Amino acid sequence: MSLTHKHEIHTRRFSRNMGVGLTLVALIGIVFGLTFVKVTRGDFEVPRANSTIVGDQ
Amino acid sequence: MTDVSLQTAYQDEPQFSDYFALLKPRVMTLVVFTAFVGLLAAPGGMHPFVAFCAILFIAIGGGASGALNMWWDADIDAVMRRTAKRPIPSGRVSGDEALAIGLALSAFSVVFLGLATNWVAAGLLAFTIFFYAVIYTMWLKRATPQNIVIGGAAGAFPPMIGWAAATGGVSIESVLMFALIFMWTPPHFWALALFMRSDYDDAGVPMLTVTHGRPATRRHILIYTVLLAALALAMGVTAVAGPVYLASALILNALFLKGAVAIWRRDEAMAEADNYLVERKFFKLSLLYLFAHFGAILADQALARFGLTWEVFL
Repeated sequence: MSLTHKHEIHTRRFSRNMGVGLTLVALIGIVFGLTFVKVTRGDFEVPRANSTIVGDQ
Repeated sequence: MTDVSLQTAYQDEPQFSDYFALLKPRVMTLVVFTAFVGLLAAPGGMHPFVAFCAILFIAIGGGASGALNMWWDADIDAVMRRTAKRPIPSGRVSGDEALAIGLALSAFSVVFLGLATNWVAAGLLAFTIFFYAVIYTMWLKRATPQNIVIGGAAGAFPPMIGWAAATGGVSIESVLMFALIFMWTPPHFWALALFMRSDYDDAGVPMLTVTHGRPATRRHILIYTVLLAALALAMGVTAVAGPVYLASALILNALFLKGAVAIWRRDEAMAEADNYLVERKFFKLSLLYLFAHFGAILADQALARFGLTWEVFL
């Protein structure tokens, strides 16, 4: 069966699939955006990898 | 399954809009707007994207509580004309799906609001969802005619959550915004109960119109409107408001009091004669009333950014 074959269910569930797809894309955008803002604003600091002193990480 | 029943099942298959309708989008506009005002009126700045996300998560939390409300109230929604077309009573979405969506979105919105802003705001959102879904929907709504009065607190929390998202705490200003919506809710819903005549009677929901009668409801609308006007005007001289708010509040409360007095002076025969015209007008005015008060707070905050506060005018 061809992968491009159009089944009736594709038409019937188009609205749901499109809605879920857009929601997931929006979620990725929000998580990415929040991460970007928090990291660039200085809310989050990456620990220094070469530090050996306890409590200096 | 026969071809006919299969076709019917396909036709009744829920669309994305049916799931979205579970979130009560019209109620969500009030939640979004009041939370937005609470967030902007709060002192201190907030990154625009974080502010946008905070409002979004508050809206999703509000929507989730709406879905839980629809799941629990599906039986009475089916009886009431106003709610019979909702996704569950109309058969488009199952109760289990609504419950799952409500629980999942509740958890999602609270956790993400906490991560995006702070855990005070997230805690307030969690309490709001609990208050609306459990205390109001499951406990008060079918038990007491004070359901609307106490349950109104759930709708009053969004500006407090917005304020907490920006400041990390609760203050007198955010409590005043809460109080304004809290006092506004009873006259708003009792006016609706007056002209949606038999809906609540048919569903057996003990609204004031059912338990204490319509004349008592009219009296209660007037009493609450007087208390609301006193609160709304008193807010005009606090830090949360300014000249635009006070001017708007004077006009809106005069109109609202006039409407409440007109409702109080009418009886059922007069109301039936004009198909509840005065009650319907009062209900519409109540929507404008709340949006205009919060819009005025927003306008005053905008003016304050340009240094135009009470100190300049006095």
